[in-house]
Amino acid sequence: MDLIKDIITGICFFIGSLSIIIGACGLIKFPDVFSRVHAAGMIDTGGTAFFLLGMIIQTGWSLITVKLLLVGVFIFFTSPVSSHVIVNLARQKKIIPFGRKIGKLL
Amino acid sequence: MKSLALFIILFILWLLMSGHYTFLITSLGIASCLLCVFLAKRANLIDDEGLPVSFFPRIISYLLWLFKEIIISNYSTAKTIINGKIDPEIFTIKSSQKSEVGKVTYANSITLTPGTVATQIKDDIFEVHALNSDFGDDVRNGEMDKKVLWLEGKK
Amino acid sequence: MFLAALIACAFSSILILIRAILGKTTFDRVLALNSLGTIIVIGIALHGFYMDRPEFIDIAIVYALINFIGTIAVLKLFSSGSLGSFKK
Repeated sequence: MDLIKDIITGICFFIGSLSIIIGACGLIKFPDVFSRVHAAGMIDTGGTAFFLLGMIIQTGWSLITVKLLLVGVFIFFTSPVSSHVIVNLARQKKIIPFGRKIGKLL
Repeated sequence: MKSLALFIILFILWLLMSGHYTFLITSLGIASCLLCVFLAKRANLIDDEGLPVSFFPRIISYLLWLFKEIIISNYSTAKTIINGKIDPEIFTIKSSQKSEVGKVTYANSITLTPGTVATQIKDDIFEVHALNSDFGDDVRNGEMDKKVLWLEGKK
Repeated sequence: MFLAALIACAFSSILILIRAILGKTTFDRVLALNSLGTIIVIGIALHGFYMDRPEFIDIAIVYALINFIGTIAVLKLFSSGSLGSFKK
């Protein structure tokens, strides 16, 4: 039973590590702030979700599980708000997006 | 009625965070929760926006669906980052939600799936930045819009 | 296992710090620091498990909230030049 738990946790941690490293590479690689937000969103959702899932499976059922779920809820509620505020301000300060199809300001 | 719901939510949160269950400390916790409810009521914070009760019955199944979408689009975004071929586009869509909470939920769901970000909102027009035209099509076909409308649950 | 995950967190935070130093505009830097905060939250939780003291989760919750408030405050200061006014 312990071995199965460890194996599932290891798989979750592996996917989470891959997700945050790919996200950080994308954060370096992409050309402008609008594309970089997508890479940061990958760190915020994929990395956090899989790391927390692995830790929840590892601890079993206790008070720590609920606190881990609370960390997940807070990050999942606050991360899109801060991404939206960053992108909205960048749009209002007239930073030109990379690419062909550029819309107008609302 | 809504004050009672807020009190129960606050007290469950207090019980989970504290971990000490003697009589004195629990009664102090009840007192602090009552104080919070009183302050929120005095500041007119308990209305349909602060505590959207009509969302609660269906939110579990919506969250499970959202997790599935997030994992799928994480996979596509990782492939796009490794390929390095991006073709960003900006387009506008129209949202069909009535209330402010529904619009906020829709915009947050768009932003939470990697690959699409809601950049500007004016009335019921959203402007969305997508990393690739495939991600854009996922928003444009309106499946998430219908799901949020179903979650909102009022006619 | 926890050590390997911590090493992955450290590696990606180094990459994010490179972006925060290079970044052309202010928004790149704020975005990089926001992601760094998320990785630090994961790192605190992992470190607590690695040291067999899972009570560190409380600090992770507080850090997640402070990170959000800090991002919003920096952006508000940058956009309007002040953090709010006294007179209405």
